[in-house]
Formats: sequence, structure tokens, C-alpha cells
Amino acid sequence: MNPDLVMYEEEFQQIQAVCTRLHRDASAKAVLLIDKNGQLIADAGDVANLDTVSLSSLTAGNVAATGGIAKLLKEKEFTGQYHEGEETSVHMTLVAQRVILVILFDERTSLGLVRLRVRKAGEEIAKIFEAMLAKVAEPSAPSIFSEITDEDIDNLFKD
Amino acid sequence: MSFINYSAREINCKIVYYGPGLCGKTTNLQYIYARTAPAAKGKMISLATETERTLFFDFLPLSLGEIRGFKTRFHLYTVPGQVFYDASRRLILKGVDGIVFVADSQIERTEANIESFENLELNLIEQGYELEKIPYVVQYNKRDLPNIAPLDELRGLCNPKGVPDFEAVATTGFGVFDTLKLVAKQVLTELRRGK
Ligand SMILES: Nc1nc2c(ncn2[C@@H]2O[C@H](COP(=O)(O)OP(=O)(O)OP(=O)(O)O)[C@@H](O)[C@H]2O)c(=O)[nH]1
Ligand SMILES: [Mg+2]
Repeated sequence: MNPDLVMYEEEFQQIQAVCTRLHRDASAKAVLLIDKNGQLIADAGDVANLDTVSLSSLTAGNVAATGGIAKLLKEKEFTGQYHEGEETSVHMTLVAQRVILVILFDERTSLGLVRLRVRKAGEEIAKIFEAMLAKVAEPSAPSIFSEITDEDIDNLFKD
Repeated sequence: MSFINYSAREINCKIVYYGPGLCGKTTNLQYIYARTAPAAKGKMISLATETERTLFFDFLPLSLGEIRGFKTRFHLYTVPGQVFYDASRRLILKGVDGIVFVADSQIERTEANIESFENLELNLIEQGYELEKIPYVVQYNKRDLPNIAPLDELRGLCNPKGVPDFEAVATTGFGVFDTLKLVAKQVLTELRRGK
């Protein structure tokens, strides 16, 4: 079981920078980084008209199902998935066993270039997550929950 | 598995509605969706068969307000209740923070309730979780029907640990928000306790 996912400002900035660069270098339409459980972590590019919350949940479901198929076939893991559309194509990869890197792209770029850029960005993201997990595991890690009281929680559910 | 985002100031949690086929899991989410202000909800996604049985999951993202400047976001999922979708149920359970077990109160669904409850315990264990350690509540649904089992009997079968439970009629919404609020509260309390 993975520990809870925590994202601090510092690591978020680093991850955001990787996504922004990937968006530019791959000439992609948009880049999404999604937690394996379907929560959006970061995005870059043309996302204003995207329902990123729905996309994240469906992508996570898709990757989970594909992972389940791999397991049944005794494959360690399918490394990536690619869906070709008329206008937009999607490439998704699991990074560091816990986040999904999704690239939306069109004919302005190529699958080859996307794959190449994704590999590099994936390595960088994996490193950032490694550092972040180590940080979260420290006893001195800051936590919002040390400030929140039971009363705060009660108040949230008052009608 | 919650996701605490200090950068976006958000607390994200996952709640799963579990229970036998046709017990009313999807109906719970539909009611919540219908009665939540547009600003507090995202789109509800239902991956269903042509006969409206859940095929993979339903998904409804909800915001339940702020605590100390942090938005609380709950991702509600339902599993497919039909027995043969077990592999899908296991996938949906991954990363769960809180569980609502929805029982079907009808006498003829007694076996199905027991089977589903045992299936839940088993699937959690397989993933290294324990039901005792996860916030969960029980809902006895379809209390409007004539052929229902007495509450005590249902309690004995689906709630041996005596966790908080509710009677409900998901089609009219009776008990739906009580169930949701309590599990959401338990999830936040557990997060706080864990730190
Ligand atoms: N009378 C009555 N009918 C209900 C109630 N809740 C749900 N139903 C009906 O029961 C049927 C099945 O409900 P669903 O919500 O689709 O059941 P489900 O648990 O999602 O089923 P699966 O997706 O197969 O796991 C629908 O026709 C609902 O309208 C209730 O409280 N009372
Ligand atoms: Mg359903």
C-alpha cells in the first residue's frame, strides 16, 4: 500500500516546470499529470476547455484496467498506451508506479517525438517524487492536520 | 489514499460505495449529484451497460467546503455490484479512504448482501487494507419496499462491528446525505488522527 500523496509548493513548482517544458518540447496540445487514483496533480498547455477532473478519473480507470490485463497475462506492465484520434491523440504512461503522464497532441507533432520527450520528462518526475516521498516520511514534515481540530471538521458538516 | 496538495491548498479523498448488484449505489450518487449546487460538483461519469448496470464505475467529484483555507474535495465512486465484475471492484478499491456499504433491505437479497460484504473484506485484505482500519458506514437501502428484513437482522449480517449505520431510500434521497456526511467526516477525522 502506498503512503498518502502529499504535494508541497516546492515540488509542485518543479513538477509544473517539467510539465510546461514537456508541453513545449513535444509540441503537444496539453500535458496532464495524474495520480494513479485519478486526482489531477499538474497540467500544462491548452486545458481551459478540457474537463480535466473527468479526464483524470477516466484515465486512471483506463490505466488500472490495462494494468489488470497485464497482470493476467503475466506481463510486468504495459509501458504506455496510445490512442489515435482524428484531431487529438492521447499518449499515457505510468511513471514511478504511481503517477500517470498524459499527453494530448495533434498533427503538429509526431508520436516518435512525444515518446522521446515523455521518456525524459518521466525520469525527471520520478526523481522529484522520490525526493518528495522521503520528505513526507520525515517526522518533522509539516502537516495541515496538526492545525485542524475536531471542531473544524464538525463545522464543515453543520447545516 | 488521500492527496494533500499544499500548493493548491486542497485535501482530496476517495470514497467508494460498495454493495450487491441493484442495491442502489448508483442511485445514491445520482441523488447527490441532483441535489448539489453546480459550483460544488463536477460532471458525474457512469460507465454502464445498456441496461444501466454499472460496468466499471460511477464517478462524482464533490467539494464539501473549506477547512482552515483548504478545500475539501471528495471523489465518490461506485463499484459494479454484479458478482462477475470482481476484478473491476478490486481496481476501484485501490486508494480508498472511506467506504459506504450499501445493503439491499429486501429479504430475498439477504444472501447477496452477505456475499458482497464478505467480498469487500476479502478484496480489502488482498490489497493490504483492513476494513476495521478504514472509515466506513453502512446504509440499509430500499426501506420503502414492503418485503424488507427487520433492521436488527440486517445489522447482524452487514454490520457485525456496529459502525454507524443509516436506513435509506436512495430514490427519494432519504438517508443519502446523512450517509455521505458521516463517512466524509470520518475520513477527515482519520486523516487528522493519522498525522
Ligand atoms: N424502491 C426503491 N428502489 C430503489 C432504491 N434505490 C434504488 N432503487 C432502484 O433499484 C434499481 C437499481 O439501482 P442502482 O442504483 O442502479 O443499483 P446499483 O447498486 O448501482 O447496481 P449495480 O450497478 O448493478 O451494482 C434501480 O431501478 C433503482 O431505481 C430504493 O431505495 N427504493
Ligand atoms: Mg451501479
